[in-house]
Amino acid sequence: MNEILAQGPGPGAWMLLAALLFAIGVYGVLTRRNLVAILVSVELMANAVNLNLVTLSRTHGSLTGQSFALFTIALTVAEVVVGLALVILVHRTHRDIDADAPSRLRG
Amino acid sequence: MLSWLAFLVVAAVLLTGAIKAVTSADLVHTVLWLAFVLVGTAVAYVVLQADFLAAVQVLLYTGGVITLMLFAVMLTRRRGEAGVPSPSRGPWRGLSAGLAVLLLVATAVIRTVPLAGWGSAKPVGGRSAELGARFLGELALPFEVLSLLLLAAMIGAIVLARREGGRRPAPLRRQAALPIPEPAPAPDEAAHGRSK
Repeated sequence: MNEILAQGPGPGAWMLLAALLFAIGVYGVLTRRNLVAILVSVELMANAVNLNLVTLSRTHGSLTGQSFALFTIALTVAEVVVGLALVILVHRTHRDIDADAPSRLRG
Repeated sequence: MLSWLAFLVVAAVLLTGAIKAVTSADLVHTVLWLAFVLVGTAVAYVVLQADFLAAVQVLLYTGGVITLMLFAVMLTRRRGEAGVPSPSRGPWRGLSAGLAVLLLVATAVIRTVPLAGWGSAKPVGGRSAELGARFLGELALPFEVLSLLLLAAMIGAIVLARREGGRRPAPLRRQAALPIPEPAPAPDEAAHGRSK
């Protein structure tokens, strides 16, 4: 126990934190009904993944993880841009941004 | 000892923000709690010696994404509505799936990675120049492809969100919103079709 305290938090602690954040994101995606709120939850999950990448970069003393995290950040931003454009489109056609609103194509 | 304190503070900030973000009923609050989490993550990056990433995180996420999301929330809120309440489904589905994911990942982490200490890893802090060299060296091709993707996303977003032909949107009709009325053929067009 003293040894753990003296060594400070390592990769395991940070990755457990990231796992918790990811699980909260999963919860949000499955429970929220608003499209913007679902996007927020997806952001939380992507953020947890980035935290993991940075942690592993620190663990291995290599910059590969950080470069990868930069790529995923840019990808997530692109995803948010297109997602929000879709949200605005759904709002224009349905006057609502509930995830169940665009169900006209359901068989 | 002190590093554990820093870790616990960051963890508390991140977890409170995340839980608040997925549970608060007001959409604006949800987005602002997300901003809280993103800034907290930037702090975590600083603790993990990823200084450049922390700056990128603050610039791109809190500067760009949060602003965009707030814009979307404001644009899609109904007139005269103070907050933007957003109902949620029953919690059981989310709870079970979230707990399952958590258990799976947590067991994997605990069994494979040491909980404390970084071992003999050499520090990665203060090597932003090397990061830049990497992006213009061995990662040059993916970097350029990424810029292409950003361009495509930008054009896609404009095409999606733009009004067709500069028409104004149909007037707000609460009752007729769901389901959408079938587009009836224009009367004169139908008559012409008959006569021909």
